[in-house]
Amino acid sequence: MKQTRTIEIVTGFFIILGFVALYVIATSATNIKAYSEGGGYTVTASFTNVGGLKLRAPVTIAGVAVGNVTNVKLDPRTFNAIVSIRINSSYNQIPDDSSASILTSGLLGEQYIGISPGGSEAFLKNGSKIQFTQSAIILENLIGQFLFNKASSGSK
Amino acid sequence: MRLLREAYYIILGFLQMLGAAGFFLARMLRLMPKALMRPRLIFQQIFNVGAMSLVLILIAGLFVGMVMGLQGYNTLSKFAATSALGTLVALSLLRELGPVVTALLFAGRAGTALTSEIGLMRATEQIAGMEMMAVDPIQRIVVPRFLAGVISMPLLVGIFNAVGLLGGYLVGVMLMGVDAGAFWGQIHGTVDLHEDFWSGVIKSVVFGIATTLVAVFEGYYAHPTAEGVSRATTRTVVNSALLVLALDYLLTAFMF
Amino acid sequence: MTTEEHKHSDHVVEITGLKYRVGDKAIFDRLNISIPRGKVTAIMGPSGTGKTTLLRVMTGQVLPDRGRVMVEGKNVARLTTDELYELRTQMGFLFQNGALFTDSTVYENVAFPIREHTRLPETLIRHIVLMKLQAVGLRGAAAMMPTELSGGMARRVALARAIAMDPKIIFYDEPFVGLDPISMGVIVRLIRVLNDSLGLTSIIVSHDVDEVNAVSDQSYLISNGKVVAYGTPEELEHNKSAWVRQFMKGLADGPVPFHYPAPDYAGQLLGEVDT
Repeated sequence: MKQTRTIEIVTGFFIILGFVALYVIATSATNIKAYSEGGGYTVTASFTNVGGLKLRAPVTIAGVAVGNVTNVKLDPRTFNAIVSIRINSSYNQIPDDSSASILTSGLLGEQYIGISPGGSEAFLKNGSKIQFTQSAIILENLIGQFLFNKASSGSK
Repeated sequence: MRLLREAYYIILGFLQMLGAAGFFLARMLRLMPKALMRPRLIFQQIFNVGAMSLVLILIAGLFVGMVMGLQGYNTLSKFAATSALGTLVALSLLRELGPVVTALLFAGRAGTALTSEIGLMRATEQIAGMEMMAVDPIQRIVVPRFLAGVISMPLLVGIFNAVGLLGGYLVGVMLMGVDAGAFWGQIHGTVDLHEDFWSGVIKSVVFGIATTLVAVFEGYYAHPTAEGVSRATTRTVVNSALLVLALDYLLTAFMF
Repeated sequence: MTTEEHKHSDHVVEITGLKYRVGDKAIFDRLNISIPRGKVTAIMGPSGTGKTTLLRVMTGQVLPDRGRVMVEGKNVARLTTDELYELRTQMGFLFQNGALFTDSTVYENVAFPIREHTRLPETLIRHIVLMKLQAVGLRGAAAMMPTELSGGMARRVALARAIAMDPKIIFYDEPFVGLDPISMGVIVRLIRVLNDSLGLTSIIVSHDVDEVNAVSDQSYLISNGKVVAYGTPEELEHNKSAWVRQFMKGLADGPVPFHYPAPDYAGQLLGEVDT
């Protein structure tokens, strides 16, 4: 209609600007890194208590993030919690006798899973089960234990 | 008493508009495939609706971000937690301020333009003329404008948020001395791609549909007189605002 | 040919027993009209009798409460939206204010229906648009915007647009209103010339008696929702009815009184009767 060329240029600029803005925000102002590490494989671990472990909680080895928690289910027979972990495919040489513990970051921070590597020559693959697990430390149990110890040492 | 009656009429008018607009939306959806075959029209309307609102959104976003930086710093410093300023600004913008403020500004600038444009076409019988030439005015005039609004809103919100973050950074880091590393590092750690970013995008799309629908609807059914058009324009702003705020609550409760 | 087919080939529009109310006011009360093919037919009457509504009924913009409206053998009220649009491609409609698209040039306005309904290449469209503009005498105004045109010129452009798709029927809604004598003469001439040279059926709604007499082959006179008189301009001039004479000659007083009903004059002045 009127001055179509200017209109088209400006509109194109606007659309590009919009998408660029969205892209920039998504990549530099969010935790997108946690999602975008290539492909991965899934292993499971069974805990007696997962405490406050949340979905998408980080999984680390020696403090380095290697994956996330993708699912938490209850085993109907053993009444243990079965946690599914997705590990980045670039970390495919984790010994299959490694142990997984639920740890807390800082004193009262979020809970995550730390994996301590074992010595086996076979590695974890898709569908493997981590045999050795350490459940979350429940604060109330800890306090109860402390009081109990205090009481018993006090009575000596 | 007058105040109560005012409120009653506003709410009643709002509900009635909602129902009628719903039917209108259904009509538009049926015509959408045909309208999509003329991308040129849609493109042109994106200019009218989106590109023309760009400057307003840029300025508003900058100011909102800067105010967030200022207010956030003041409040957080009471808890010695100013390092969390980045998180505060980012989450407020992405989750709430970005979609809602942009939607309200959009309704005011682009919404009223759409209503008065379509209403004027109705008043000067251009719409009747089109019908007489066997061209469906809803398909030719209304749907392209509707699609343009729905497409433009998320883009505008993205721009608003980006500029807002910049504003927050300018005030927080450069003016108030918050550590730049803490500002961005905090954001990286706490802003979640799905929970915060995508939910914000979803909100902006929903708001885009809502505000544009109200705007074209009021314009199309405006009384074909000068007074009718001006009243329709006022209704667009009021009803868009109410709809956006109500939807905001519903979406927030649903998503968070 | 059966009687039905014979009728259809003779009359483009046939309205029988039309009834239409708005609120509690009957606009049409058992109205019967038929428009013969190829001629210029006028529909006249005082303001507010619903002449424009009658046009809207014929084009399917308004649905009647009762009665049959047949256009080219099709019952307009029973058509689906698609069929109605199909029918409208054979119609041209000239609105009172032209109804041109204010954000497009004269050229774009005339080209609009062609672009929407056909896939003709731009070069061919250009030929058609220029020919139509030439027919109304405005080929030189092709690049102007509607806001730059005078009332008469805008109406002529609208006419060019109305004939852009070579319709069979063309409707004129008050085409003479608000024009200076020269523009009026132009429109009168155009209606006649286009009707005869393009083989159109023209239907004019107007209350400008002189102009209508100059251009129409036969006219209907409508009042209070009914047909009051029908005939060629000469026949109407010599019509015996006092009402028809008052209308055709433009007399201030007659069957339609000068004074709107009011209480006793002396009484109101002296304050005996309430205002």
